[in-house]
Amino acid sequence: MAEIFYWDAVRRAHDEEMANDPLVFAMGEDIGLPGGTYKATQGLFDKYGEERVMDTPISENSYTGIGVGASMIGARPIVEIMSVNFALLATDQIINAAAKIRYMSGGQVGCPVVVRSPGGVAHQLGAQHSGRLEKLFAGTSGLRVVTPAFPVDAYGMLKTAVRCDDPVVILEHEAIYNLKGEVPDEEYFAPLEGARVVREGTDVTLIGYLMSTHWNLAAADKLAEQGISAEVIDLRSLKPIDADTLRTSLAKTHKAVICTEDEAPVGMSAEIMAVLNEQCFFELDAPPVRVTAEDVPIPYNHTLEKAALPDADKIATATQKLLGH
Amino acid sequence: MEAADRKRLLQEMVFARRFEERTAEAYHHRDIGGFLHLYPGQEACAFGVLEQARMGHDYVITGYRDHVHALKCGADPKEVMAELYGKETGSSRGRGGSMHIFDVKNHFMGGYALVGEPYPLAAGLAKGIKMKGTDQIAICFLGDGANNQGTFHETLNMAQLWELPVLFVCENNLYAIGTSLERSTPAHDQYLRAQSYKMEADQVDGQDIDTVMEAAEKAVDFVRSGKGPYFLELMTYRLRGHSMSDSGRGYRSEDEIKQWMERDPIYLFRDRLVEEGVLTADEFEQMDKDAQQHVDDEVIPFAENSPEPDVGDLHKYVLSDDDSCAMGQIAGGGK
Repeated sequence: MAEIFYWDAVRRAHDEEMANDPLVFAMGEDIGLPGGTYKATQGLFDKYGEERVMDTPISENSYTGIGVGASMIGARPIVEIMSVNFALLATDQIINAAAKIRYMSGGQVGCPVVVRSPGGVAHQLGAQHSGRLEKLFAGTSGLRVVTPAFPVDAYGMLKTAVRCDDPVVILEHEAIYNLKGEVPDEEYFAPLEGARVVREGTDVTLIGYLMSTHWNLAAADKLAEQGISAEVIDLRSLKPIDADTLRTSLAKTHKAVICTEDEAPVGMSAEIMAVLNEQCFFELDAPPVRVTAEDVPIPYNHTLEKAALPDADKIATATQKLLGH
Repeated sequence: MEAADRKRLLQEMVFARRFEERTAEAYHHRDIGGFLHLYPGQEACAFGVLEQARMGHDYVITGYRDHVHALKCGADPKEVMAELYGKETGSSRGRGGSMHIFDVKNHFMGGYALVGEPYPLAAGLAKGIKMKGTDQIAICFLGDGANNQGTFHETLNMAQLWELPVLFVCENNLYAIGTSLERSTPAHDQYLRAQSYKMEADQVDGQDIDTVMEAAEKAVDFVRSGKGPYFLELMTYRLRGHSMSDSGRGYRSEDEIKQWMERDPIYLFRDRLVEEGVLTADEFEQMDKDAQQHVDDEVIPFAENSPEPDVGDLHKYVLSDDDSCAMGQIAGGGK
């Protein structure tokens, strides 16, 4: 098992799936000749040519729609949207078209399209490049929404998504493309549903996805120094949220801290809270706590940006308070 | 075109007209819900263009004024009517409705309710065709109103850039709902807008089906020969309002409507066939009677007598039945 970068895991999945099926193609801004903003398609333009690794004009809604249309007759497009903020322009094709075509055709035709897009807050990119739009896609019937936090999932989920008959939105994160992690040398298909316990513990369950999973892991380290054993659950899939894995963990810890990178109002933390309330209530000893971004457009200033976001310290503090430490 | 084919084509158009008029009646009786956008006046567009394409082979996609395009592609009129009635036997199992007729087995890839949304989908069908390397083409029918959406410009730009096998048919009926072309854009000639993307484009009378067929033959041949996309603008008129909630008056003068009624595509074609000696006036009367009877005796009873969808199937068709991707159990995976 080799340790590879997150971006390289995504690139490898593209490469293998394109080699496997001539109807798989990738499209997006600067993904071809320039090699991709985050290198996720590096080298593939030379290998597969411009018909299969397509540089698109800056027309997010329509090139996404071209991917959706091609998928309706059996092609397997992987559409990259350079930043999830730009995906807002493509929501007509993702939410009004791709998500609904199977249903409104009475099951006659589906849209096996993959839309990959990095979002989240990176480094002082300002309000319009720091979107966290997962609630928009996770709140849409007819889509699958996954958030690979580690290279192994970035690789395995993209491979599965390409072969999945449903439209799959893969939300990546601008700040983790250079994260390294182990990925199996042999081919691997990750499930598109189901959470994973990424650190075992007994005192409290820290719940998150994508970047907040990494903050939760760092918080668990800090808590361990104070003798608190935190279990960390990476949700991996936001639709549906895996209540079984949460319940199993809470049966052990009885306390939950939810951390999300988006704002609290109508955010993913609200949905996770509802799942805990509806499906895990009798395992809980105390009301779950959430640590979220502040309800502000993300500021440019470094200090303000940091203040707007959760981090390991804030999670650790909230956890200590919940546990009465 | 053989005389028999010309008669058959007129028969199809008359049937479509009677079908549409009967849906209006059903709508008033509340047998049909939602929105209903009818096609009378524009028949020469769908029939003229699609007569020149290969039905069941080429892919067709359109907006919400979609019943007649589906019928010409080969959809069973009983199933289309049942869809309007929201029945389980409807072409979309009652899940789509008037604006979302699909008949995928005949390559009719759907009607869409977002103005301009089918532009990229059509180019995507063409991209899929190009990847498969077949001699199919994609045909996209939309109105002039769609051309003020970004998708028109974005898609024409990419379709031409990538030489995709797609024929864009603009049914220019002069009104985007109740706002006239003149009040929507300073660029009145739609084909000129397409030409600004270096696309082959033409503008012809959309009321005369012979003219439409002639222009469509050229357009279809161009696209099928691999030369790239084509934009065909057909000047037409809807005789009814935009939808059932619009009388079609108010924003259009009685004089204007009257002038266009005199250019009704069905009667223009009928008169020509009579003139050519292909058809007698009596034969036309019989043709019309047969069409009406077909709708009344077969199509409507089928829709009326069909069952409603089972509420237990509410969640069916949200996602594919195949759960393997949820589980990560991909056939052939791990090889």
